[in-house]
Amino acid sequence: MRFSIYRFDPDSDAKPYMKDYDLEPDRGDTMLLDALVRIKAMDDTLALRRSCREGVCGSDAMNINGRNGLACITPLAGLREPIELRPLPGLPVIRDLIVDMEPFFKQYRSIKPFLINNDPPPETERLQSPEERAELDGLYECILCACCTTACPSFWWNPDKFVGPAGLLQAWRFIADTRDQATAERLDDLEDPYRLFRCHSIMNCVDVCPKGLNPTEAIGKIKGLMVRRTV
Amino acid sequence: MVRTVVGAHYGIGSWLMQRISAAIMGVFAVIFLLVLLLHPPASYGDWKALMAHSWVKVGMLLFLLSLFLHAWVGMRDILMDYVHRTGIRLALQVLVLVSLAVYAIWAVRILWGN
Repeated sequence: MRFSIYRFDPDSDAKPYMKDYDLEPDRGDTMLLDALVRIKAMDDTLALRRSCREGVCGSDAMNINGRNGLACITPLAGLREPIELRPLPGLPVIRDLIVDMEPFFKQYRSIKPFLINNDPPPETERLQSPEERAELDGLYECILCACCTTACPSFWWNPDKFVGPAGLLQAWRFIADTRDQATAERLDDLEDPYRLFRCHSIMNCVDVCPKGLNPTEAIGKIKGLMVRRTV
Repeated sequence: MVRTVVGAHYGIGSWLMQRISAAIMGVFAVIFLLVLLLHPPASYGDWKALMAHSWVKVGMLLFLLSLFLHAWVGMRDILMDYVHRTGIRLALQVLVLVSLAVYAIWAVRILWGN
């Protein structure tokens, strides 16, 4: 199989370039990450992040044949050759397939991704009914791999101002949580032409999410709550 | 300049206006096209007679005002997406606003002029 991989080492390269690798995958190599680990053994200058290798940690997100995804859960079979691998778009490249995730996490932190509840902590857990708990399905599964946010043109143009699909999905996750008491403050913080309304609902985020989540729907629900409190 | 990350506390109004104006334009466009299909104006005189009805004038003005409001939100969105120098963005936004205001006055003149 032929791979064409984005290479850039800021210490030695003036410009990024694509490097070709030929690899005969082993019988056990089912996912793209298996092949990448083998290429890394051939050429140890190739830099990439990976950890859990089963789609839970979210560290091996990359642009695979023009589409963001996790290398560890992308089957090798079915990928068009040469398999073109690039770092996630829209974030500064540190080296090869490794990007600086700070602009992404800065937006994530800005939505206060934690439960805000000023009541004295109860003896046991803060309980929810099964229905209230079900509201969080499709939200809590996000692994923050940044596939969605870096597939979003609005984040490419305004990464410093637009929260992005991952951050907004998590914002809705806490607004939807019955144990959270900061809904009004959260909506105040999000009601902003840049922070929320750069989303034009093109649904690139939904298209690429490796966990099958729907940030566009979450964003729609945030807007719905804002309409309800305004009109 | 580093922008402090905090909400500006507005935006849902414009978003809602864009959706409502789209609905108004959609409804009027369908009705107007149906009228044109059922009674196709053959001559300049037919067109003048059609446009002389006051409900056509009011409907057309409502359609155009919706179009201008819709265009304002859309153009502002495009400028906010792509024009990152605040001064240039503000100047272009003023240009769009002034143009749309002129179009609105012009539309009234056309509809109720001779």
